[in-house]
Amino acid sequence: MKKTSRFFLGILGLILGILWIFPFYMILTNSFKTPKGIFASVLSLPGNGQATTANYHNSFKALDFISSLGHSLLITVVSVLILVLFSSMAAYALQRNKSKLSGAILMLFVSAMLIPFQTVMIPLTANFGQVHMLNMWGLMFMYLGFDASLSIFLYQGTMGSIPIAMDESAELEGANRFQIFFKIIFPMLTPITVTVGILNIIAIWNDYLLPSLVLPQNQYTIPLQMFFFFGQYTKQWHLALAGLTLSIIPVILFYIFAQRYIIKGVTDGAVK
Amino acid sequence: MKNRSLSFWLFLTPTLVALALVVFIPAIMGVFYSFTNWDGLGYTEMLGFKNYITLFHDSGFLAALWFTIKFVIVTVILLNVIGLALALLVTQKFKGNNLLRTVFFMPNLIGGLILGFIWQFIFTQAFDALGKALHMAWLTGWLTDGKTGFWGLVIVTVWQMSGYIMIIYIAYLQNIPSEVIEAAEMDGASPWQRFVHITFPMIAPAFTVCMFLTLSNGFKIYDQNLSLTNGGPYKSTEMLAMNIVNTAYSENNFAMAEAKALIFFLIVAAISLLQVYYNRKREVDL
Repeated sequence: MKKTSRFFLGILGLILGILWIFPFYMILTNSFKTPKGIFASVLSLPGNGQATTANYHNSFKALDFISSLGHSLLITVVSVLILVLFSSMAAYALQRNKSKLSGAILMLFVSAMLIPFQTVMIPLTANFGQVHMLNMWGLMFMYLGFDASLSIFLYQGTMGSIPIAMDESAELEGANRFQIFFKIIFPMLTPITVTVGILNIIAIWNDYLLPSLVLPQNQYTIPLQMFFFFGQYTKQWHLALAGLTLSIIPVILFYIFAQRYIIKGVTDGAVK
Repeated sequence: MKNRSLSFWLFLTPTLVALALVVFIPAIMGVFYSFTNWDGLGYTEMLGFKNYITLFHDSGFLAALWFTIKFVIVTVILLNVIGLALALLVTQKFKGNNLLRTVFFMPNLIGGLILGFIWQFIFTQAFDALGKALHMAWLTGWLTDGKTGFWGLVIVTVWQMSGYIMIIYIAYLQNIPSEVIEAAEMDGASPWQRFVHITFPMIAPAFTVCMFLTLSNGFKIYDQNLSLTNGGPYKSTEMLAMNIVNTAYSENNFAMAEAKALIFFLIVAAISLLQVYYNRKREVDL
């Protein structure tokens, strides 16, 4: 490509990049202003005696940030571990059994992906309420039900490339099914495990509607706490913006450290 | 693994039990309740199709359905055009193209609820300030009526999802053998000719994938709707998913919400089945 057209592409990219970053920039700069400072000028940088870090201090407390961060982490990590474990096991059973029955079970899982959440939410919460499972443990179980389908589907597609001779030779050496799966097959699935993990982490971390129907207030995650906080502090943008910035930080950190895997996982999840 | 072997069932049981308790049993119950006057605890009467007849005279539901269809049409077009344009841009060789990829994709990782709140500030405060500074009246008063609310939702969705669509197009663009492009270049094809005659036909499968992804995602949007406009003002920006949730939890009309949810299911399922059909057809054609 010619040098000049490269230069213009760079300029175009720069403009689009700035446009994309603009909302984050607005949130960040205004989160360091007093209410007066935001009112006086939204577009300027914090200054003129209207710069402050107190918003962060106050919203950190109002959001009960440590505890909601803890709930988000606990729910996401445990749910994803459960999902990875059980859906890889299920995919193994389905892929290594070539009967009509296993084909039908796989179809059952795939067809569950067609059912939108709104169709099941009311009976689901009513049922779980009756057995006192409207809490984070019930929620983790629900994520297994909702997200196993896609995970099994992804595992099942990859499992086919692991030769069945691996199973057979281990069987000859006297290993049972569980040993074969956990010692030989599961370690070979690591790339797709990363993909399944990433996709579920993103979905569960950001989920709002299901946890809002399931969790009691003392188990609120970051999105729930944020919604509650917005209801309480309407039009107090100085606190809200600091809270929003706080709630984005964990996601940005995750993105910085796992960027390569995230892009690969998201691509696999959409294309397969 | 044999059907009758214990290990086959041990491996499957946890997910099968969860799937049954979380998805299938509630779904079947929901379908049943939609034909009753269920109030969340019990029901006293079988109503037949009465809920379904009522909902097609429910102006709120019809408005939400129409709003959602318009929203889906606009976002499917914009997301695919912008997503593909971004993909073409960042796959060119220039300084900073990788950083740009990172930037465009970033909003996709942040939840719809948080994004809606962020943009509420941008539309109501930053747009207002910009409008006054630049003397552009159309920038002021966003989200105060159904029209700016609609475009607000479109902008948030496009900003959030184009990076995702871009990633998918990139995956397909990278599969085009560079020899093909080079050969066309040697033959003197212009960049536009190369795009129309080589790139575009070769990424046609990506187009199908992205079409359906954006279609079904568009119908299911809830979080952004809740945090950006909460359906307001006066329910003018209420989308399908939100209409169902509100029918259930604000109006406590659970049986009606189930009837609406079943219509919702039929729409989403039809889109997905159409996708499966097209994928099969394409595989056969190849």
